[in-house]
Amino acid sequence: MALDKSHSDVVFQAKDLRISAFREDGAELPIVKGVDFKVRRGEVVALIGESGSGKTTISLSSLGYCKPGLEFSGGEAILLGNDVTKMTTDELRPSRGVNVAYLAQSAAATFNPSITINEQVTEAPVLHGTKTQAEANQKALALYRALELPDPENIGKRYPHQVSGGQLQRLMAAMALCGDPSLLVLDEPTTALDVTTQIEVLKAFKHVIKEEGAAAIYVTHDLAVVAQIADHIVVLYNGEVKEAGPTEIIINRPQHPYTKRLMAAIKPLPEPGQSDGNSDHMDDTPALEVYGVDAGYGKKSDGQPAVKVLRDINISIDKGRTVGIIGESGCGKSTLARVMAGLLPASSGETVLNGQTLPRALQQRSRDQLRQVQFVYQMADTALNPRQRIIDILSRPMEFYKQLNGKTKRAAVEELLGLVELPPQFAERYPHELSGGQKQRVNLARALAAKPDVVLCDEVTSALDTIVGANVIELLTRLQKETGVSFVFISHDLSTVASFADEIVVLYAGRVAEQGPTDQVLAPPYHPYTKLLIGSVPETRVGWLEEASQTREAKSGAAGAVQLAEVGCAFTKRCPIAIMGTCDRIDPPRRLDAQGHIIECHRELAEL
Amino acid sequence: MSTPSETEHFVAPYDEGVTFDELPDAPPRQGYKPSITGWIGIAVVGFWLFIAVAGPFIAPMGENDLPFPDDYSEFQKPRVGAPLGTDVEDRDILTRIMYGAGRTIGISFVATSLAYLVGVILGIGAAVSSPRVDMILSRVNDAFLSLPTIMLGLVVVAAVGSSIPVLIATAGLIYATVVFRLARAIGMEIMVMDYVEAARARGEGTWWVITREIWPNARMPLITDFGLRMIYVILFISSLSFLGLGVQPPQADWGSMVRENLGTLQYGASILPVLAPALAIATLTVAINLIVDDVSAHGGGKLSKRM
Repeated sequence: MALDKSHSDVVFQAKDLRISAFREDGAELPIVKGVDFKVRRGEVVALIGESGSGKTTISLSSLGYCKPGLEFSGGEAILLGNDVTKMTTDELRPSRGVNVAYLAQSAAATFNPSITINEQVTEAPVLHGTKTQAEANQKALALYRALELPDPENIGKRYPHQVSGGQLQRLMAAMALCGDPSLLVLDEPTTALDVTTQIEVLKAFKHVIKEEGAAAIYVTHDLAVVAQIADHIVVLYNGEVKEAGPTEIIINRPQHPYTKRLMAAIKPLPEPGQSDGNSDHMDDTPALEVYGVDAGYGKKSDGQPAVKVLRDINISIDKGRTVGIIGESGCGKSTLARVMAGLLPASSGETVLNGQTLPRALQQRSRDQLRQVQFVYQMADTALNPRQRIIDILSRPMEFYKQLNGKTKRAAVEELLGLVELPPQFAERYPHELSGGQKQRVNLARALAAKPDVVLCDEVTSALDTIVGANVIELLTRLQKETGVSFVFISHDLSTVASFADEIVVLYAGRVAEQGPTDQVLAPPYHPYTKLLIGSVPETRVGWLEEASQTREAKSGAAGAVQLAEVGCAFTKRCPIAIMGTCDRIDPPRRLDAQGHIIECHRELAEL
Repeated sequence: MSTPSETEHFVAPYDEGVTFDELPDAPPRQGYKPSITGWIGIAVVGFWLFIAVAGPFIAPMGENDLPFPDDYSEFQKPRVGAPLGTDVEDRDILTRIMYGAGRTIGISFVATSLAYLVGVILGIGAAVSSPRVDMILSRVNDAFLSLPTIMLGLVVVAAVGSSIPVLIATAGLIYATVVFRLARAIGMEIMVMDYVEAARARGEGTWWVITREIWPNARMPLITDFGLRMIYVILFISSLSFLGLGVQPPQADWGSMVRENLGTLQYGASILPVLAPALAIATLTVAINLIVDDVSAHGGGKLSKRM
């Protein structure tokens, strides 16, 4: 239908919007409980809140769409003067992709892998007949340029798997914008990205929204991202607006206690002096050490892996302390944890536990050796068997490692639940009856049930909301004090690692770029890669994005993806101070200073 | 509630000291409650199960009794004493359907169970075994799967001779190949879950992994598929009977009843003696299908997608 786009500058308005779930027995379960807000032309409104707050449900209402099982139960959602909650699918269809476009969280899941990118980007306007294929192609090309995609003339001819994750995310923006929509709905578009990639994507989004003059609804739980891109912020909790106003006011002068709590959960920037700083060793023997570990996937005839992911890794974890391992996706940090756990046997090198060399493969390790090293998975949803009760999940490791008899089972499980701050009655529940944060606590409790010496945590807070993640970190700190367990904490989030780890290992393309005590790694001299990572951690401050993207490191480093290199320093292509002819040919030397701080770089420490 | 962009800054009323708990995830899914079509399916299947068990006891006469001896005036036509007519041998169709129900459903059920016993054990076994064992089992299975089922059944039954145990074994083994594929696919899907790896990392043996980690998660889709598979077995047994290689006369069976009475259709005889057993097969299979669809729709339709 032809809509008059110019009659008002309000593109979308929610008026006392209510959305409910209806159960099979007819009971109504309100999800969105009367929400009001407006989106004006050229304005970005951010909906923030934790999972379950209804932010995605509200954003989808602008398309006149409810997820299965939900229904509009009151109020209005007015898009360009029409209440979309009362329109049928047939009435809505002409408006979708033309008046309003939706950007989902995962670009990889949005693109069809067997159709070329350009065909998918231009599909909506051509399908709706608002543009000819030639016009759409022209528009797409202009968008590729505006989004600073490499080789804009030809990128559309590629298939989705032929571009990087960050590029695909920007291509999804091109797909949404190709039909010149009045309203763009972005649902957590940078949450799954590395910090360095996030900068380029955010910058591209911000630029293109301004240039196209579109209005946007930006859904996220990350306040730092919101501060960069939004003009207005709407804070949601449990389907209600708790606070709403201009970004500057909400960020700098929040009033509602919930907003204040959200602000308080923001991790401080990675700076020296955050960890508790007691560098005195509890014991002379480290809990876990790895020496000269190489590992990879696939098998070649000479016993070496076909793709070598880790090269010559040396790490030592002292008793009762935490080593943080950071790096972008593809740098080999999860692989390292799997080598330590024995899930992936190393092709060379040694793993030493309490002075005793461990067999490389899981199958050859003794039951007690297995008990001493426990692995905590990133996704509690897949790490907990959905058909087992919590009591079975938690009691099994205790029974298996012979630390429990039948009588004390219940008491032991309740004690363990208490340790991770969960009520004892959760023992009878199934995993799907818990929230995301609660599941992650059970996941952690299962590792602790074995009474291990070392717990390997693989991105345990990455899938959690800010507040929930902060609670889990708090719990880990307390558990370490109480049980004296050592943690290997793997994350791509430098702020989380900085606030928690005693030592940091920065991995790049399977090699250690920099490693040492937290305070030293976070202070100069830096490896150029560490500097890029630190500079990419978003600050909750309006205007940070513009400053950050102007630094030397960001300009040269943000665009690249992690690539393994057989010889030389793998970071060469993204490094602002690379010495061509040396860095790309010769493996970088290991430079060690007096405090045990290692940087692998061809540049002298004084130059860094 | 005021509109934020008009007042520029909106703060919801609040009480100091209120804590904000972690919001729970989506409410847990409720137990299975059949929809109307589900209930229709359950009613029809229940009816046939009752007939299968009680048929021989409540049938008006014996399986091979002749209700109208030496009376050929209304040959095959429905009449008082034979509401669905009589067959070519002048036996009561209603009685024979009631006797045949137990045989058709019983043979199919036992054959499907056999298919499941063999298919699930080998399929899950292949999923947890080394790639080499999996390869061998799968290729052998593929070889059997490539043979047309009816042809294979015909050859086996023709060679060995038809009896109920042979029918059950043939149908069971033929359909075990399909079950193997499904069980292996489901097993593989579960094998890559983190909780299985967690169990392996703990040092658990293969038996534990199969019985405690895989089976509880594979159970529901497999049970749902059981119903669907049984339909195919019913149709397979009926097809064999129709071709004369299934249940042997004078025993009644729905498939063979259709065949026996088909011959006189061309002479203008009543259509009921053919239609009634055919309808019995149709109603039973459709009803099982209704239940399976209803259950898998409740489970998010995952099963129907896999088919």
